[in-house]
Amino acid sequence: MSATVNLDELKYATSHEWAAQGGDIVTVGITQYAVDQLTDVTHLQLPKVGTHVSAGVPFGEIESVKAVFDLNAPVSGVVVEVNAPLASEPSPINEDCYGRGWLIRVQLAPGAGTAHLADKAKYDEQLAHDAH
Amino acid sequence: MPDVRTALYDWHVARQARMVPFAGYAMPVQYAGVVEEHRAVRTHAGLFDISHMARLSFGGTNATAFLDHVFTNSVAGMKLDQVRYGLLLNDAGFVLDDVLVYRWPYGYSMVVNASNRGKIVAWLTAKAAAFDVRLGDETDATAMLAVQGPAAVALTKGMFDLDANALKNYYATPTFYCRNGCVVSRTGYTGEDGLEIIVPNELAASLAEELVARGAKPCGLGARDTLRLEAAMPLYGHELTEAIDPLTAGLGWAVKLDKGDFIGRDALKAMARTRTRVGLELDGKRAAREGCPILAGGEVVGAVTSGSYGPFVEKSIAMATVPVALAAPGTPLSVDIRGTPTPARVVSLPFYRRPKPPETSP
Repeated sequence: MSATVNLDELKYATSHEWAAQGGDIVTVGITQYAVDQLTDVTHLQLPKVGTHVSAGVPFGEIESVKAVFDLNAPVSGVVVEVNAPLASEPSPINEDCYGRGWLIRVQLAPGAGTAHLADKAKYDEQLAHDAH
Repeated sequence: MPDVRTALYDWHVARQARMVPFAGYAMPVQYAGVVEEHRAVRTHAGLFDISHMARLSFGGTNATAFLDHVFTNSVAGMKLDQVRYGLLLNDAGFVLDDVLVYRWPYGYSMVVNASNRGKIVAWLTAKAAAFDVRLGDETDATAMLAVQGPAAVALTKGMFDLDANALKNYYATPTFYCRNGCVVSRTGYTGEDGLEIIVPNELAASLAEELVARGAKPCGLGARDTLRLEAAMPLYGHELTEAIDPLTAGLGWAVKLDKGDFIGRDALKAMARTRTRVGLELDGKRAAREGCPILAGGEVVGAVTSGSYGPFVEKSIAMATVPVALAAPGTPLSVDIRGTPTPARVVSLPFYRRPKPPETSP
Protein backbone atom coordinates (compact mmCIF):
# COMPACT_ATOMS: atom_id res chain seq x y z
CA MET A 1 0.00 0.00 0.00
CA SER A 2 1.28 3.44 -0.87
CA ALA A 3 2.31 5.42 2.19
CA THR A 4 1.17 8.73 0.73
CA VAL A 5 -2.51 7.75 0.43
CA ASN A 6 -4.76 8.46 3.34
CA LEU A 7 -7.66 6.03 3.03
CA ASP A 8 -9.79 8.32 5.21
CA GLU A 9 -9.65 11.01 2.54
CA LEU A 10 -10.87 8.74 -0.25
CA LYS A 11 -14.50 8.33 -1.30
CA TYR A 12 -15.94 4.92 -2.13
CA ALA A 13 -18.50 3.44 -4.52
CA THR A 14 -20.61 0.46 -3.45
CA SER A 15 -19.09 -1.46 -6.37
CA HIS A 16 -15.66 -1.15 -4.68
CA GLU A 17 -13.99 1.63 -6.63
CA TRP A 18 -12.27 4.46 -4.77
CA ALA A 19 -12.07 8.11 -5.82
CA ALA A 20 -9.46 10.68 -4.75
CA GLN A 21 -10.39 14.24 -5.59
CA GLY A 22 -7.80 17.00 -6.19
CA GLY A 23 -9.52 20.09 -7.58
CA ASP A 24 -11.65 18.98 -10.55
CA ILE A 25 -9.50 15.89 -11.20
CA VAL A 26 -10.52 12.60 -9.61
CA THR A 27 -8.18 9.61 -9.52
CA VAL A 28 -9.98 6.26 -9.63
CA GLY A 29 -8.92 2.79 -8.54
CA ILE A 30 -10.32 -0.35 -6.94
CA THR A 31 -10.28 -1.07 -3.23
CA GLN A 32 -8.28 -3.68 -1.35
CA TYR A 33 -11.51 -5.59 -0.80
CA ALA A 34 -12.01 -5.84 -4.57
CA VAL A 35 -8.39 -6.92 -5.03
CA ASP A 36 -8.80 -9.61 -2.37
CA GLN A 37 -11.92 -10.89 -4.09
CA LEU A 38 -10.18 -11.02 -7.48
CA THR A 39 -6.87 -12.45 -6.19
CA ASP A 40 -5.22 -12.93 -9.56
CA VAL A 41 -5.79 -10.08 -11.99
CA THR A 42 -5.00 -11.41 -15.45
CA HIS A 43 -6.47 -8.77 -17.69
CA LEU A 44 -7.69 -5.21 -17.62
CA GLN A 45 -9.71 -3.22 -20.14
CA LEU A 46 -9.45 0.56 -19.66
CA PRO A 47 -10.95 3.43 -21.69
CA LYS A 48 -8.97 5.80 -23.88
CA VAL A 49 -8.19 9.37 -22.87
CA GLY A 50 -11.12 11.54 -23.93
CA THR A 51 -13.79 8.95 -23.13
CA HIS A 52 -16.82 10.28 -21.29
CA VAL A 53 -17.70 8.30 -18.17
CA SER A 54 -20.82 8.47 -16.02
CA ALA A 55 -21.16 7.77 -12.33
CA GLY A 56 -22.35 4.20 -11.78
CA VAL A 57 -21.81 3.16 -15.40
CA PRO A 58 -19.06 0.68 -16.44
CA PHE A 59 -15.93 2.28 -17.94
CA GLY A 60 -13.91 -0.91 -18.26
CA GLU A 61 -13.52 -4.42 -16.98
CA ILE A 62 -11.15 -6.31 -14.75
CA GLU A 63 -10.61 -10.02 -15.07
CA SER A 64 -9.20 -12.68 -12.81
CA VAL A 65 -8.67 -16.34 -13.61
CA LYS A 66 -12.12 -17.15 -12.36
CA ALA A 67 -14.32 -14.25 -13.34
CA VAL A 68 -14.72 -10.88 -15.01
CA PHE A 69 -16.08 -7.79 -13.31
CA ASP A 70 -17.21 -4.39 -14.57
CA LEU A 71 -15.30 -1.33 -13.43
CA ASN A 72 -17.88 1.32 -12.63
CA ALA A 73 -17.08 5.01 -12.79
CA PRO A 74 -17.54 6.55 -9.35
CA VAL A 75 -17.90 10.03 -10.90
CA SER A 76 -19.02 11.63 -14.17
CA GLY A 77 -16.60 13.39 -16.47
CA VAL A 78 -13.92 12.89 -19.11
CA VAL A 79 -10.96 10.54 -18.85
CA VAL A 80 -7.82 12.69 -18.93
CA GLU A 81 -5.22 10.08 -18.00
CA VAL A 82 -5.01 6.26 -18.06
CA ASN A 83 -2.58 4.04 -16.18
CA ALA A 84 -1.76 2.37 -19.51
CA PRO A 85 1.13 0.11 -18.36
CA LEU A 86 -1.42 -1.91 -16.33
CA ALA A 87 -2.85 -3.34 -19.55
CA SER A 88 0.30 -5.39 -20.13
CA GLU A 89 1.34 -5.75 -16.47
CA PRO A 90 -1.58 -5.64 -14.03
CA SER A 91 0.45 -6.69 -10.96
CA PRO A 92 0.60 -3.16 -9.43
CA ILE A 93 -3.14 -3.55 -8.79
CA ASN A 94 -2.46 -6.59 -6.61
CA GLU A 95 0.47 -4.94 -4.87
CA ASP A 96 -0.56 -1.32 -4.45
CA CYS A 97 -4.20 -0.72 -5.41
CA TYR A 98 -4.33 2.73 -3.72
CA GLY A 99 -1.05 3.88 -5.28
CA ARG A 100 0.70 2.51 -8.37
CA GLY A 101 -2.40 0.47 -9.19
CA TRP A 102 -4.63 3.49 -9.88
CA LEU A 103 -6.69 3.08 -13.07
CA ILE A 104 -7.85 6.39 -14.58
CA ARG A 105 -8.03 10.12 -13.85
CA VAL A 106 -11.28 11.87 -14.64
CA GLN A 107 -11.92 15.57 -15.07
CA LEU A 108 -15.26 16.16 -13.40
CA ALA A 109 -18.12 17.20 -15.65
CA PRO A 110 -19.62 20.61 -14.82
CA GLY A 111 -21.71 20.20 -11.69
CA ALA A 112 -20.42 16.67 -11.04
CA GLY A 113 -18.84 15.76 -7.71
CA THR A 114 -18.20 13.02 -5.22
CA ALA A 115 -20.90 13.84 -2.67
CA HIS A 116 -22.91 10.74 -3.63
CA LEU A 117 -20.00 8.44 -2.69
CA ALA A 118 -19.44 6.88 0.72
CA ASP A 119 -16.76 7.97 3.16
CA LYS A 120 -14.46 5.37 4.71
CA ALA A 121 -16.65 4.75 7.74
CA LYS A 122 -19.70 4.12 5.59
CA TYR A 123 -17.77 1.93 3.14
CA ASP A 124 -16.34 -0.13 6.03
CA GLU A 125 -19.88 -0.57 7.25
CA GLN A 126 -20.88 -1.91 3.83
CA LEU A 127 -17.96 -4.38 3.88
CA ALA A 128 -18.90 -5.57 7.36
CA HIS A 129 -22.47 -6.04 6.13
CA ASP A 130 -21.33 -7.87 2.95
CA ALA A 131 -19.29 -10.28 5.06
CA HIS A 132 -22.48 -11.69 6.58
CA MET B 1 -30.93 -26.58 3.02
CA PRO B 2 -27.52 -25.60 4.37
CA ASP B 3 -24.49 -26.73 2.41
CA VAL B 4 -23.03 -30.07 3.50
CA ARG B 5 -19.64 -29.80 5.18
CA THR B 6 -16.95 -32.32 4.30
CA ALA B 7 -14.79 -33.82 7.03
CA LEU B 8 -12.20 -31.15 6.15
CA TYR B 9 -14.50 -28.13 6.52
CA ASP B 10 -12.87 -26.85 9.71
CA TRP B 11 -9.45 -27.55 8.27
CA HIS B 12 -10.22 -25.40 5.20
CA VAL B 13 -11.57 -22.56 7.33
CA ALA B 14 -8.54 -22.69 9.63
CA ARG B 15 -6.36 -22.31 6.55
CA GLN B 16 -8.31 -19.24 5.44
CA ALA B 17 -9.84 -20.87 2.40
CA ARG B 18 -12.55 -18.94 0.62
CA MET B 19 -15.55 -21.24 0.93
CA VAL B 20 -18.24 -21.39 -1.74
CA PRO B 21 -21.35 -23.50 -2.29
CA PHE B 22 -20.77 -26.21 -4.88
CA ALA B 23 -23.21 -29.03 -5.70
CA GLY B 24 -24.75 -28.74 -2.24
CA TYR B 25 -21.40 -28.74 -0.45
CA ALA B 26 -19.40 -25.94 1.16
CA MET B 27 -16.09 -26.25 -0.67
CA PRO B 28 -12.85 -24.24 -0.77
CA VAL B 29 -12.54 -22.35 -4.06
CA GLN B 30 -9.06 -21.06 -3.23
CA TYR B 31 -6.55 -20.49 -0.43
CA ALA B 32 -3.53 -18.46 -1.61
CA GLY B 33 -4.91 -17.84 -5.10
CA VAL B 34 -5.79 -19.86 -8.18
CA VAL B 35 -2.63 -19.06 -10.14
CA GLU B 36 -0.26 -19.90 -7.27
CA GLU B 37 -2.09 -23.14 -6.50
CA HIS B 38 -2.27 -24.11 -10.17
CA ARG B 39 1.48 -23.61 -10.62
CA ALA B 40 2.24 -25.58 -7.45
CA VAL B 41 0.48 -28.60 -8.94
CA ARG B 42 2.31 -28.26 -12.26
CA THR B 43 5.73 -27.88 -10.63
CA HIS B 44 5.54 -29.78 -7.31
CA ALA B 45 2.36 -30.97 -5.58
CA GLY B 46 -1.08 -29.78 -4.53
CA LEU B 47 -3.72 -31.15 -2.18
CA PHE B 48 -7.45 -31.12 -2.96
CA ASP B 49 -10.49 -32.03 -0.92
CA ILE B 50 -12.68 -33.97 -3.33
CA SER B 51 -14.94 -35.48 -0.67
CA HIS B 52 -17.96 -34.06 -2.48
CA MET B 53 -17.49 -36.63 -5.26
CA ALA B 54 -20.00 -39.45 -4.68
CA ARG B 55 -18.59 -42.89 -3.85
CA LEU B 56 -20.88 -45.80 -4.68
CA SER B 57 -20.29 -49.52 -4.23
CA PHE B 58 -21.63 -52.56 -6.07
CA GLY B 59 -21.81 -56.15 -4.83
CA GLY B 60 -23.76 -59.26 -5.80
CA THR B 61 -23.33 -62.01 -8.35
CA ASN B 62 -24.50 -59.82 -11.26
CA ALA B 63 -22.40 -56.75 -10.48
CA THR B 64 -20.15 -57.20 -13.53
CA ALA B 65 -23.05 -57.73 -15.92
CA PHE B 66 -24.95 -54.85 -14.38
CA LEU B 67 -22.07 -52.40 -14.73
CA ASP B 68 -21.43 -53.52 -18.30
CA HIS B 69 -25.11 -52.78 -18.95
CA VAL B 70 -24.94 -49.17 -17.66
CA PHE B 71 -21.31 -48.16 -18.39
CA THR B 72 -19.85 -47.39 -21.82
CA ASN B 73 -16.38 -48.82 -21.14
CA SER B 74 -15.68 -52.53 -20.70
CA VAL B 75 -16.09 -53.80 -17.13
CA ALA B 76 -15.69 -57.56 -17.76
CA GLY B 77 -12.30 -56.76 -19.31
CA MET B 78 -11.01 -54.96 -16.23
CA LYS B 79 -8.16 -56.42 -14.22
CA LEU B 80 -8.27 -56.61 -10.44
CA ASP B 81 -7.59 -53.16 -8.92
CA GLN B 82 -7.94 -51.50 -12.30
CA VAL B 83 -9.76 -48.16 -12.67
CA ARG B 84 -11.65 -47.21 -15.83
CA TYR B 85 -13.16 -43.96 -17.01
CA GLY B 86 -16.43 -44.09 -18.90
CA LEU B 87 -19.90 -42.66 -19.28
CA LEU B 88 -23.41 -43.45 -18.14
CA LEU B 89 -25.82 -42.73 -21.00
CA ASN B 90 -29.56 -42.42 -21.29
CA ASP B 91 -31.51 -44.43 -23.87
CA ALA B 92 -31.03 -41.64 -26.42
CA GLY B 93 -27.23 -41.98 -26.13
CA PHE B 94 -26.69 -38.72 -24.26
CA VAL B 95 -24.46 -38.34 -21.23
CA LEU B 96 -25.97 -38.70 -17.75
CA ASP B 97 -22.56 -38.58 -16.07
CA ASP B 98 -18.89 -39.39 -16.50
CA VAL B 99 -17.55 -41.72 -13.82
CA LEU B 100 -14.66 -43.90 -12.72
CA VAL B 101 -15.24 -47.62 -12.04
CA TYR B 102 -12.89 -49.54 -9.73
CA ARG B 103 -12.66 -53.33 -9.74
CA TRP B 104 -12.11 -55.01 -6.36
CA PRO B 105 -11.93 -58.67 -5.40
CA TYR B 106 -15.35 -58.35 -3.73
CA GLY B 107 -17.14 -56.07 -6.19
CA TYR B 108 -16.84 -52.59 -7.66
CA SER B 109 -16.78 -48.94 -6.69
CA MET B 110 -17.88 -45.99 -8.78
CA VAL B 111 -16.97 -42.33 -8.29
CA VAL B 112 -19.70 -40.04 -9.58
CA ASN B 113 -19.90 -36.26 -9.94
CA ALA B 114 -21.27 -34.53 -6.85
CA SER B 115 -23.78 -32.55 -8.89
CA ASN B 116 -25.23 -35.78 -10.33
CA ARG B 117 -25.30 -37.95 -7.20
CA GLY B 118 -29.06 -37.89 -6.60
CA LYS B 119 -29.89 -38.40 -10.26
CA ILE B 120 -27.40 -41.23 -10.74
CA VAL B 121 -28.23 -43.11 -7.54
CA ALA B 122 -31.93 -43.03 -8.48
CA TRP B 123 -31.17 -44.11 -12.05
CA LEU B 124 -28.85 -46.94 -10.99
CA THR B 125 -31.32 -48.14 -8.37
CA ALA B 126 -34.08 -48.34 -10.98
CA LYS B 127 -31.84 -50.16 -13.48
CA ALA B 128 -30.52 -52.55 -10.82
CA ALA B 129 -33.95 -54.01 -10.14
CA ALA B 130 -33.49 -56.56 -12.92
CA PHE B 131 -30.06 -57.72 -11.61
CA ASP B 132 -28.73 -59.43 -8.50
CA VAL B 133 -26.70 -56.42 -7.46
CA ARG B 134 -26.41 -54.47 -4.21
CA LEU B 135 -25.86 -50.76 -4.50
CA GLY B 136 -24.29 -48.83 -1.63
CA ASP B 137 -23.48 -45.15 -1.12
CA GLU B 138 -20.37 -44.58 0.99
CA THR B 139 -20.01 -40.88 0.30
CA ASP B 140 -21.03 -39.63 3.73
CA ALA B 141 -18.84 -42.01 5.75
CA THR B 142 -15.61 -41.28 3.94
CA ALA B 143 -13.46 -38.40 2.77
CA MET B 144 -11.60 -38.25 -0.53
CA LEU B 145 -8.40 -36.29 -1.02
CA ALA B 146 -6.28 -35.84 -4.13
CA VAL B 147 -2.57 -35.16 -4.06
CA GLN B 148 -1.42 -34.17 -7.53
CA GLY B 149 1.77 -33.03 -9.19
CA PRO B 150 5.18 -34.32 -10.25
CA ALA B 151 6.26 -34.72 -6.60
CA ALA B 152 2.92 -36.05 -5.34
CA VAL B 153 3.56 -39.78 -5.32
CA ALA B 154 7.08 -39.48 -3.89
CA LEU B 155 5.98 -37.28 -1.01
CA THR B 156 3.59 -39.98 0.25
CA LYS B 157 6.49 -42.44 0.71
CA GLY B 158 6.03 -44.38 3.95
CA MET B 159 2.54 -43.00 4.68
CA PHE B 160 0.61 -46.06 3.52
CA ASP B 161 1.20 -49.78 3.87
CA LEU B 162 2.16 -49.91 0.24
CA ASP B 163 4.62 -48.23 -2.09
CA ALA B 164 2.34 -45.94 -4.07
CA ASN B 165 5.04 -45.67 -6.70
CA ALA B 166 4.51 -49.36 -7.50
CA LEU B 167 0.89 -48.58 -8.37
CA LYS B 168 0.34 -48.32 -12.11
CA ASN B 169 -1.50 -45.41 -13.65
CA TYR B 170 -5.27 -46.00 -13.39
CA TYR B 171 -4.88 -48.70 -10.77
CA ALA B 172 -6.00 -48.52 -7.15
CA THR B 173 -5.55 -50.64 -4.08
CA PRO B 174 -7.04 -51.00 -0.64
CA THR B 175 -4.32 -50.36 1.94
CA PHE B 176 -3.85 -48.86 5.40
CA TYR B 177 -3.27 -45.35 6.70
CA CYS B 178 -2.61 -45.09 10.45
CA ARG B 179 -3.82 -48.71 10.81
CA ASN B 180 -7.17 -47.81 9.22
CA GLY B 181 -8.37 -49.13 5.90
CA CYS B 182 -8.16 -46.71 2.99
CA VAL B 183 -8.02 -46.77 -0.80
CA VAL B 184 -5.16 -45.28 -2.78
CA SER B 185 -5.75 -44.73 -6.49
CA ARG B 186 -3.29 -43.49 -9.10
CA THR B 187 -5.79 -41.22 -10.79
CA GLY B 188 -6.56 -37.52 -10.92
CA TYR B 189 -8.16 -34.58 -12.65
CA THR B 190 -5.23 -32.24 -13.19
CA GLY B 191 -3.14 -33.69 -16.02
CA GLU B 192 -0.40 -34.55 -13.53
CA ASP B 193 0.72 -37.77 -11.90
CA GLY B 194 -0.81 -38.22 -8.48
CA LEU B 195 -3.06 -40.10 -6.12
CA GLU B 196 -6.66 -39.99 -4.98
CA ILE B 197 -7.14 -41.32 -1.46
CA ILE B 198 -10.34 -42.43 0.27
CA VAL B 199 -10.17 -42.54 4.07
CA PRO B 200 -12.68 -42.72 6.93
CA ASN B 201 -13.89 -39.22 7.86
CA GLU B 202 -12.03 -39.31 11.20
CA LEU B 203 -8.66 -39.51 9.44
CA ALA B 204 -9.23 -36.83 6.81
CA ALA B 205 -7.73 -33.91 8.73
CA SER B 206 -4.61 -35.77 9.86
CA LEU B 207 -4.06 -37.06 6.32
CA ALA B 208 -4.43 -33.54 4.90
CA GLU B 209 -2.11 -32.15 7.56
CA GLU B 210 0.55 -34.77 6.86
CA LEU B 211 0.41 -34.24 3.08
CA VAL B 212 0.81 -30.48 3.54
CA ALA B 213 3.67 -31.00 6.00
CA ARG B 214 5.35 -33.10 3.29
CA GLY B 215 5.08 -30.27 0.76
CA ALA B 216 1.65 -30.43 -0.90
CA LYS B 217 0.04 -27.00 -1.27
CA PRO B 218 -3.65 -26.73 -0.35
CA CYS B 219 -5.64 -26.12 -3.55
CA GLY B 220 -9.26 -25.19 -4.13
CA LEU B 221 -11.86 -25.88 -6.77
CA GLY B 222 -10.63 -22.84 -8.73
CA ALA B 223 -7.26 -24.43 -9.50
CA ARG B 224 -8.90 -27.82 -9.99
CA ASP B 225 -10.98 -26.26 -12.77
CA THR B 226 -8.10 -24.47 -14.54
CA LEU B 227 -5.86 -27.56 -14.23
CA ARG B 228 -8.46 -29.86 -15.77
CA LEU B 229 -9.11 -27.29 -18.52
CA GLU B 230 -5.41 -27.16 -19.51
CA ALA B 231 -5.46 -30.97 -19.51
CA ALA B 232 -8.65 -30.85 -21.66
CA MET B 233 -10.58 -33.07 -19.27
CA PRO B 234 -14.34 -32.60 -19.61
CA LEU B 235 -16.45 -31.27 -16.75
CA TYR B 236 -20.03 -32.41 -16.37
CA GLY B 237 -22.43 -29.51 -16.89
CA HIS B 238 -19.99 -27.93 -19.34
CA GLU B 239 -18.48 -30.26 -21.97
CA LEU B 240 -20.87 -33.03 -20.93
CA THR B 241 -24.64 -32.71 -20.55
CA GLU B 242 -27.76 -34.63 -21.43
CA ALA B 243 -27.66 -32.79 -24.77
CA ILE B 244 -24.37 -34.28 -25.99
CA ASP B 245 -23.25 -37.79 -26.87
CA PRO B 246 -19.83 -39.09 -25.82
CA LEU B 247 -18.44 -39.36 -29.37
CA THR B 248 -19.19 -35.70 -30.15
CA ALA B 249 -17.59 -34.91 -26.79
CA GLY B 250 -14.37 -36.57 -27.97
CA LEU B 251 -14.64 -39.52 -25.58
CA GLY B 252 -14.91 -42.32 -28.15
CA TRP B 253 -11.92 -44.03 -26.48
CA ALA B 254 -14.10 -44.64 -23.41
CA VAL B 255 -17.02 -46.10 -25.39
CA LYS B 256 -16.75 -49.78 -26.37
CA LEU B 257 -19.45 -50.15 -29.00
CA ASP B 258 -18.39 -53.75 -29.65
CA LYS B 259 -18.37 -55.01 -26.04
CA GLY B 260 -22.04 -56.04 -26.14
CA ASP B 261 -25.20 -54.13 -25.41
CA PHE B 262 -25.30 -51.22 -22.98
CA ILE B 263 -27.80 -48.46 -22.37
CA GLY B 264 -27.56 -45.87 -25.15
CA ARG B 265 -25.48 -48.03 -27.50
CA ASP B 266 -28.08 -48.48 -30.26
CA ALA B 267 -28.91 -44.79 -30.25
CA LEU B 268 -25.21 -43.96 -30.40
CA LYS B 269 -24.63 -46.27 -33.37
CA ALA B 270 -27.55 -44.75 -35.26
CA MET B 271 -26.52 -41.14 -34.61
CA ALA B 272 -25.14 -38.97 -37.42
CA ARG B 273 -22.25 -37.00 -35.99
CA THR B 274 -21.92 -33.45 -37.24
CA ARG B 275 -20.00 -31.75 -34.42
CA THR B 276 -16.97 -32.44 -32.28
CA ARG B 277 -15.19 -31.03 -29.24
CA VAL B 278 -12.18 -28.82 -29.97
CA GLY B 279 -9.67 -26.67 -28.15
CA LEU B 280 -9.38 -22.97 -28.92
CA GLU B 281 -6.48 -20.64 -28.33
CA LEU B 282 -7.44 -16.97 -28.28
CA ASP B 283 -5.46 -13.84 -29.02
CA GLY B 284 -4.72 -11.70 -25.97
CA LYS B 285 -5.26 -12.48 -22.32
CA ARG B 286 -8.98 -11.90 -22.18
CA ALA B 287 -10.76 -15.13 -21.26
CA ALA B 288 -13.66 -16.61 -23.18
CA ARG B 289 -16.28 -17.65 -20.64
CA GLU B 290 -18.90 -20.37 -20.87
CA GLY B 291 -21.59 -19.39 -23.34
CA CYS B 292 -19.50 -16.99 -25.45
CA PRO B 293 -20.62 -17.45 -29.09
CA ILE B 294 -18.12 -18.86 -31.58
CA LEU B 295 -18.20 -17.34 -35.04
CA ALA B 296 -17.01 -18.48 -38.45
CA GLY B 297 -17.55 -16.15 -41.38
CA GLY B 298 -19.89 -14.03 -39.29
CA GLU B 299 -22.12 -16.98 -38.40
CA VAL B 300 -22.53 -18.48 -34.94
CA VAL B 301 -21.22 -22.06 -35.11
CA GLY B 302 -21.14 -22.92 -31.41
CA ALA B 303 -20.56 -21.68 -27.90
CA VAL B 304 -17.72 -21.95 -25.42
CA THR B 305 -18.29 -24.73 -22.84
CA SER B 306 -15.27 -23.86 -20.64
CA GLY B 307 -12.81 -21.03 -20.94
CA SER B 308 -10.19 -19.33 -18.83
CA TYR B 309 -6.80 -17.82 -18.80
CA GLY B 310 -4.57 -20.91 -18.52
CA PRO B 311 -2.23 -20.11 -15.62
CA PHE B 312 0.53 -22.52 -16.72
CA VAL B 313 0.24 -22.33 -20.52
CA GLU B 314 -0.18 -18.55 -20.04
CA LYS B 315 -2.76 -18.24 -22.80
CA SER B 316 -6.45 -17.64 -23.08
CA ILE B 317 -7.86 -21.11 -23.79
CA ALA B 318 -11.31 -22.57 -24.26
CA MET B 319 -13.18 -25.72 -25.21
CA ALA B 320 -16.26 -25.93 -27.40
CA THR B 321 -18.05 -28.17 -29.85
CA VAL B 322 -18.03 -26.99 -33.46
CA PRO B 323 -19.08 -28.45 -36.82
CA VAL B 324 -16.68 -31.22 -37.90
CA ALA B 325 -15.66 -29.16 -40.96
CA LEU B 326 -14.26 -26.46 -38.63
CA ALA B 327 -12.45 -28.81 -36.25
CA ALA B 328 -9.05 -29.16 -37.91
CA PRO B 329 -6.16 -27.67 -35.90
CA GLY B 330 -5.27 -24.26 -37.29
CA THR B 331 -8.82 -23.41 -38.37
CA PRO B 332 -9.35 -19.69 -37.65
CA LEU B 333 -12.48 -18.89 -35.66
CA SER B 334 -13.67 -15.91 -33.68
CA VAL B 335 -15.05 -15.82 -30.15
CA ASP B 336 -17.50 -13.10 -29.17
CA ILE B 337 -16.34 -11.99 -25.72
CA ARG B 338 -19.05 -9.69 -24.38
CA GLY B 339 -19.52 -8.04 -27.76
CA THR B 340 -15.89 -8.03 -28.93
CA PRO B 341 -15.02 -10.55 -31.64
CA THR B 342 -11.69 -12.05 -30.57
CA PRO B 343 -9.52 -14.01 -33.02
CA ALA B 344 -9.00 -17.65 -32.06
CA ARG B 345 -7.76 -20.81 -33.70
CA VAL B 346 -8.45 -24.48 -33.23
CA VAL B 347 -5.60 -26.32 -31.50
CA SER B 348 -5.17 -29.99 -30.77
CA LEU B 349 -6.03 -31.10 -27.23
CA PRO B 350 -4.79 -31.18 -24.54
CA PHE B 351 -3.48 -27.63 -24.11
CA TYR B 352 -1.00 -29.04 -21.61
CA ARG B 353 0.61 -32.47 -21.50
CA ARG B 354 2.92 -33.35 -18.63
CA PRO B 355 6.56 -33.62 -19.72
CA LYS B 356 7.21 -37.30 -19.03
CA PRO B 357 4.54 -39.75 -17.93
CA PRO B 358 5.65 -42.09 -15.13
CA GLU B 359 7.38 -45.28 -16.30
CA THR B 360 4.62 -47.29 -14.66
CA SER B 361 2.01 -46.10 -17.18
CA PRO B 362 0.43 -48.93 -19.15
